[in-house]
Amino acid sequence: MTPSEGWTPDQPIVAIRDLHKSFGHVEVLKGIDIEVMKGEVICIIGPSGSGKSTLIRTINGLTPATTGSVTVEGQEVHDDNLDKLALRRKVGIVFQQYNLFPHRTVLQNVMMAPLLVLKENKREVEERARSLLAKVQLHDKEDAYPAELSGGQQQRVAIARSLCMRPDVMLFDEVTAALDPETVKEVLVTIKQLAADGMTCVLVTHEMGFAREVSDRVYFTDAGRIVESGPPAQLFEQPQDPRTREFLSKVL
Amino acid sequence: MLDLIAPFFERLYETTGLNFSPFYDSYDWGRLLEGMWVSVKLISAIIALSLVIGVLGAAAQTSKLRPLRWIVAAYIEIFRNTPPIVQLLFFYFGLGAITPQVDMGGWYEPMIGSFGWAVIAIGIFGGSYNVEIFRSGVEAVPHTTVEAAESLGFSNLKIFIYVTLPLAFRVCLPALTNNIISLAKTSSLAYVIAVPEITYSLSGIWSDNVNVPEMMVLLFVYYILLVAVIARAMTLLERKLALPGYGR
Amino acid sequence: MTWTVTRLNWRLPVIAAALCLLASVAAVAQQEGAADRETALQALVTWMPFILQGFVLNLVMSVLAMAIATVTGVILGFMQISPSAVIRLPAKLVTHVFRNSPWLVILFAIMFLVPFRVTLPGGETVMIPDWVKATVGFALPVMANVSEILRGAVMSIPSGQWESADSLAFSRGQTLRHVILPQCIRRMLPPWMNWYALLTLMTPMAAILGVNEALGNTQAAMEAAGSRPEFLIPFYLFLMTIFFVFIYPISLWTRRLERRYAASGA
Repeated sequence: MTPSEGWTPDQPIVAIRDLHKSFGHVEVLKGIDIEVMKGEVICIIGPSGSGKSTLIRTINGLTPATTGSVTVEGQEVHDDNLDKLALRRKVGIVFQQYNLFPHRTVLQNVMMAPLLVLKENKREVEERARSLLAKVQLHDKEDAYPAELSGGQQQRVAIARSLCMRPDVMLFDEVTAALDPETVKEVLVTIKQLAADGMTCVLVTHEMGFAREVSDRVYFTDAGRIVESGPPAQLFEQPQDPRTREFLSKVL
Repeated sequence: MLDLIAPFFERLYETTGLNFSPFYDSYDWGRLLEGMWVSVKLISAIIALSLVIGVLGAAAQTSKLRPLRWIVAAYIEIFRNTPPIVQLLFFYFGLGAITPQVDMGGWYEPMIGSFGWAVIAIGIFGGSYNVEIFRSGVEAVPHTTVEAAESLGFSNLKIFIYVTLPLAFRVCLPALTNNIISLAKTSSLAYVIAVPEITYSLSGIWSDNVNVPEMMVLLFVYYILLVAVIARAMTLLERKLALPGYGR
Repeated sequence: MTWTVTRLNWRLPVIAAALCLLASVAAVAQQEGAADRETALQALVTWMPFILQGFVLNLVMSVLAMAIATVTGVILGFMQISPSAVIRLPAKLVTHVFRNSPWLVILFAIMFLVPFRVTLPGGETVMIPDWVKATVGFALPVMANVSEILRGAVMSIPSGQWESADSLAFSRGQTLRHVILPQCIRRMLPPWMNWYALLTLMTPMAAILGVNEALGNTQAAMEAAGSRPEFLIPFYLFLMTIFFVFIYPISLWTRRLERRYAASGA
């Protein structure tokens, strides 16, 4: 999709600067700074309640920021004059609860947004949808309804659905947390493939092994702040901050 | 009390033509108060009867006697699938015609007057919904809880009173509230058998004074306030009975 | 112990009808039938067509009122979920007033306050028959309840559906139209059918205000046949039976739909 004027690929594709978010009196994000370059895979880890989900939702504007700046391809997300449509085309998101539309088949779920929102040509969209479903290994489930699929299958459909909008950035909000252990792997494999193909990914995840394997950088958040960040090898092997060490000792 | 507000409403009538006669005329005021009082008595009696019927009916449906369950089921279906106004007329005119007369010392009056029949008919109507409501509440009580009570030696009756009923009641409170409010509104049907509740009283006032719109407003306000009061009372009851952690 | 009546589908109306007939016969057997006066049963049989004719008007009123109520109720329901307070608050007020007022009072209000004759801008006068006014009077409370059904159904859709549609850049209107409402229709059907049944059971109230529907005709028939007290039970029982035969199947169907939708997790 067309980047905003002035943005070039050598600048961060997602830039978060001094982001604060409060819900009423409770401050959930207390000054976050993150930069994501195009093609990078970023993982955000941390204990529950540290604000990870809130953080990732500010990137596509689902949760408005209280103060601070979030830009995608140079375009400020929390701008009142923002063309929401353009933003949502650039940034795709996959939720923990997959949220497929239960009254539509798998193929219809994937095709709906490009058809209705982007008003693209039906044949093109169908072709793209089918190839995406093949990519996530679900081409034989095109005419099934979401209720007929397992959790892992539904999550892969959700990924295909977001991808069909051809975003530049994909956000993953704890996408494997609600799945049975058997199906977690198939979703992770899909995401790994996506990353290998060059998609910029920001993931909130509990899967430490996956984070270590796939990400370029890992951010550890606690109580609304980024405590530590760095390449996975460094953060997981030699955590600097005691809070990081404590968290990792509990989950690894 | 009337002296305080009367001048305001008289002036209102003179300047705007809005005639709220109950508020400055003592006779109409009396009629309004009488109507409200009868209405409150009527609604209370109806609700009480319907609750009793509801509990008895729900208990009957747990019985092992098939004919008993049949009768209760037939009762529910008949009263939920026929018009309440016809039920009322049937009770008052139909059954009323065959109830015995009471010697009042010189003249004979039917044993049950219009107020009584209204309570009976509408109470039975409301009771049929309550049986369903209580039954679903009883069903929501986990079987394991009842078994535990049985194992502790409680008799069937004691289980029903001390274990099943308290739990079932809490579960069905929202549906019960709805039905009670619906019954309060249905009580207005008593108008057709000339029970002097509020609709009847105000209709008397508006046919005397030709102030239909104003009396309509009063009628609406009365019922909306009444429903609000009942809803509030039920919410308070719900809160008071709420068990920590139970339900959701 | 999920013992319900639904298993006795066809038997119960027949049993009920038989009971009514038995009661009529019993009432009839009590009287001493003089040779020149007809029995209650004979009177009933004579007047049955007339009463049934009146019932047709009940059905017409109920169908029309339901149509009006559905259309206006859906509009009102949308207004209630609008993000704009200017639209939402009046809608909430209207819904609240008509849900919490007795049907009889609303009926009175319409009958008394709406004129029986309206002059159109062109100069023509249009007569508004009583039964039309009654139909509107019945439509109003159902409208408010349809509005609540819609609002309730929309509220029951998990917020995740709104979020994922929003993230796929659907506008609010598109989300409602393609995602939310299709899922709502299923949930709304059983309560909607329930309200139709209830509405039909309320239509005899129109008799109070002079409309010649089934109840009005029953009372007129009893008068015409001589106003004898032994007519009351059979005639009213017959009236109840007519309604029962019509409403009970609807009731069963509604319950079956409810169960089916609950099972499929709609």
